[in-house]
Amino acid sequence: MKSEAWKEMGLKENEYELIKEILGREPNYLELGMFAVMWSEHCGYKNSKKALKLFPTKGERVICGPGENAGAVDIGSGKAVVFKVESHNHPSAIEPFQGAATGVGGIIRDILCMGARPIALLNSLRFGRLDSPRVKYLFNGVVSGIAWYGNCMGIPTVGGEVYFNRNYEGNPLVNAMCIGILDHDDLARGRAEGVGNPVMLVGARTGRDGIHGATFASEELSSESESKRPSVQVGDPFMEKLLLEACLEMNKAGYVVGMQDLGAAGITGATSETASRAGLGMEIDVSRVPLREEGMTPYEIMLSESQERMLVIPKKGKEGEVERIFKKWDLEAVVIGHVTDDGILRVKNGNKVEAEIPARALTELCPTYSPEKKEPSYLKETRSFDWSKLPVPEDMNQVLIDLLSSPSIASKEWVYRQYDHMVRTNTAVRPGSDAAVLRIKGTRSAIAATMDGNGKYCYLDPRTGGSIAVAEAARNVVCAGARPIALTDCLNFGTPEKPEVYWQFEQVIRGMSEAAEVLGTPVISGNVSFYNESEKGAIYPTPIVGMVGLIEDISHIRSQGFQREGDLIFLLGRTEPELGASMYLEVVHGLETGRVPALDLKKEKAVQELCLEGIRAGLIKSAHDCSEGGLAVALAESCISGNIGAEINLVKENLELPELLFGETQSRIIVTVDRNKGEEICALAEKFGVPLSLIGEVGGKELKVKVNGISGEVINLSISKMEKAWRGAIECMML
Amino acid sequence: MKFGIVVFPGSNCDADVKHVVEEVLGLKADYLWHKDKSVKGYDCIVLPGGFSYGDYLREGAIARFSPIMEAVTDYALKGGLVLGICNGFQILLEAGLLPGAMRKNDSLQFRCHDTYLRVENAETPYTCLCSPGEVLKIPIAHAAGNYYADEKTLQELEEGGQVVFRYCSPSGEVLSQYNPNGSLNNIAGITNREGNILGMMPHPERCAEEIMSGVDGRKVFDSIVCWLKERCAL
Repeated sequence: MKSEAWKEMGLKENEYELIKEILGREPNYLELGMFAVMWSEHCGYKNSKKALKLFPTKGERVICGPGENAGAVDIGSGKAVVFKVESHNHPSAIEPFQGAATGVGGIIRDILCMGARPIALLNSLRFGRLDSPRVKYLFNGVVSGIAWYGNCMGIPTVGGEVYFNRNYEGNPLVNAMCIGILDHDDLARGRAEGVGNPVMLVGARTGRDGIHGATFASEELSSESESKRPSVQVGDPFMEKLLLEACLEMNKAGYVVGMQDLGAAGITGATSETASRAGLGMEIDVSRVPLREEGMTPYEIMLSESQERMLVIPKKGKEGEVERIFKKWDLEAVVIGHVTDDGILRVKNGNKVEAEIPARALTELCPTYSPEKKEPSYLKETRSFDWSKLPVPEDMNQVLIDLLSSPSIASKEWVYRQYDHMVRTNTAVRPGSDAAVLRIKGTRSAIAATMDGNGKYCYLDPRTGGSIAVAEAARNVVCAGARPIALTDCLNFGTPEKPEVYWQFEQVIRGMSEAAEVLGTPVISGNVSFYNESEKGAIYPTPIVGMVGLIEDISHIRSQGFQREGDLIFLLGRTEPELGASMYLEVVHGLETGRVPALDLKKEKAVQELCLEGIRAGLIKSAHDCSEGGLAVALAESCISGNIGAEINLVKENLELPELLFGETQSRIIVTVDRNKGEEICALAEKFGVPLSLIGEVGGKELKVKVNGISGEVINLSISKMEKAWRGAIECMML
Repeated sequence: MKFGIVVFPGSNCDADVKHVVEEVLGLKADYLWHKDKSVKGYDCIVLPGGFSYGDYLREGAIARFSPIMEAVTDYALKGGLVLGICNGFQILLEAGLLPGAMRKNDSLQFRCHDTYLRVENAETPYTCLCSPGEVLKIPIAHAAGNYYADEKTLQELEEGGQVVFRYCSPSGEVLSQYNPNGSLNNIAGITNREGNILGMMPHPERCAEEIMSGVDGRKVFDSIVCWLKERCAL
């Protein structure tokens, strides 16, 4: 073998030596390729495994945590939800439509192979600034790719988030999350149990697409990345829809021992992972794999990342039944091998043995690293930034309009109207509120789901930023009336071999873990995406949290819009003098610096408990989290969503006006209550030890904000003017 | 009274229609497999929304060759009620059971949001509980709802009262700014001359319960039930 083959495949010298040691001989080319994909960062988590152990993963509702294809959480009534998020950043940077579409397809299969019916999709996207034509192309391609795949599958895309910042210009982020539902009895596992059980490949045929996709995902983007376009897979949502129905039918019938989707590393990944999880081996024959084209080598077959395929381990004797179900859906299901007891993944081509590797070696023996860590030097400067020397704009109306029309804050209707967000008729709260809500048919309950993450916060203070990502996601589902029950995460970072990047990575995980612990939301699944760097530099460290909450009774469902004239508006929590890292600084002064708002997890927990209790007691009629853009933006959004105005009177105390209106202090929620329920909510707040203030009342057609009762509003804008700025911004830029 | 809901490969609103018929109306519904050759014993056949055959080639172009479509055609020509929603409407056009054709939305994008529909003919089996000119709020979700027919066909549709729903403002004005896809004359739904076959792009099954932000879609289903009951009473 050529000595540099392992290098070309992305392996390191010590890794190559270890492979020789494990095998007791030189690997052949196929074996080397199998190791290379399984030991890539994407599959092997070699730089992240140790740090990820910090996450709390247990909880009374957790049925199945990290390590399986997706996590599962009990929601009562004998049902569970299964969910996970995954990145498809690199493919989307090269081929936005197919890159994003196959990201959606992949995460759907992760949910499906747990035996769950996918009921919702969400996505979290990051792009450069929308004034660049390349960014517009990527944004448009990604959104239409997601729409194409999800819509055709008949799975509603109910929520998510999009931010635009120049840090993502060369390396956009596409994180897709899928939620599924199942009866406890139907939970399937990705395990090849039972020596002698057949191994079947079902769904689409295997072609030459996506070979070494996992390796490609584990390196930085460069000008040569364009030439890796063949590493991007091509999706067929229609095929996946058939696969979905057939797999669920087969699982329901009780024929399945184990199921695993073919994603990164294709057949190599699925066979080694299922065998390894069961502590067994597997023998397969590549000559039995149905191919899309002739002349494919065992190497190509084993490494192909062709989409819409699953590996199924049925009970022995049920192969015929499985075939019958797939035939009904016009799909192929072929026995390609069987489970063995020797722990070896043996790949044959007819009678010829092509590869023999201990299955565990591919999935478990990948070396793990603890890269060097170093606090980035820029932090000294950003932490000491003092905004008080900046001029304060005279016209706060204009500032609010500028914030509402900045693409990161503006309405994402241009995006979600391209997604079918209603199919399956469960979407009780549609995209555009704090969290989407899906009723669970046949029960009184519902779930709320959201995705959240603020890269700028994490850049300026990774630990606090990590905590805020979790806290804000939890706060969002609380605003919908749900108790947060578990989360999934996608950690998007630069190159881990850079000490500053790894320091950020570890700090973010620490921060997230602290918040997840206090808020009672274990991490049940997740994904790490490193090497998000282009010639334009690394992205902001961007952890994305996908949070799911449970609403025990559908009468507790809330949204952000103000409800009725005369309702009282309260602010739960207190505004502190904080303006660092805010959208105000970014939009008004072009600055992305300063101290990130502080987060006190005990206070956060108390505010969330108060809000939930207020909703359950029937006091709180609407709830909206204060986040990017601060109090003024949150008030404007509640006015627009409810199509009714508000008269607000704020007390300034020691705050400067921009802090009061646009500061992003955490642990604050704007709620409305009936006029005659004011005292009750105050009493409740006292019980929870949460500061609360009456800030105004709902009514009229304008948002009017006075300060300290002084006549002459600092903000006085009609709903229609705010709505025009907010709703039209992205559409205008995409014309 | 029993509804038959055809399941093509790629149908994805089949379960939603079944949910409304069974859980909201309290009536019976069966799925009918696309390879079946009979639709006997049903009082109304629904061709649901979705992406039959992945919308490959052209929306509805492959589904119309499904074995069951012969039986559906036979059933429809004998006066049976056939409701095509979204992809179902597209299939009815491809099958020639309704006149005209669908083009891609003029935005060239998929669109999913609420629309307002003016009831133009309140005497069909699908609208008999509505009043003429009534406005219904029903959502759309499609990439190809841009209805087209030649001038003569369009005139026949209009004169024959076959245009049942038109996109309009919340107060019922038919204006181009409320047309989500560029369809001719703001057409959202049409029947055949006899009125027993309805194709509509909006999804009434998505707004038949309070929790789904609106119940206007239920009027379409209630009308069907009412019409069938009256016909049986005759």
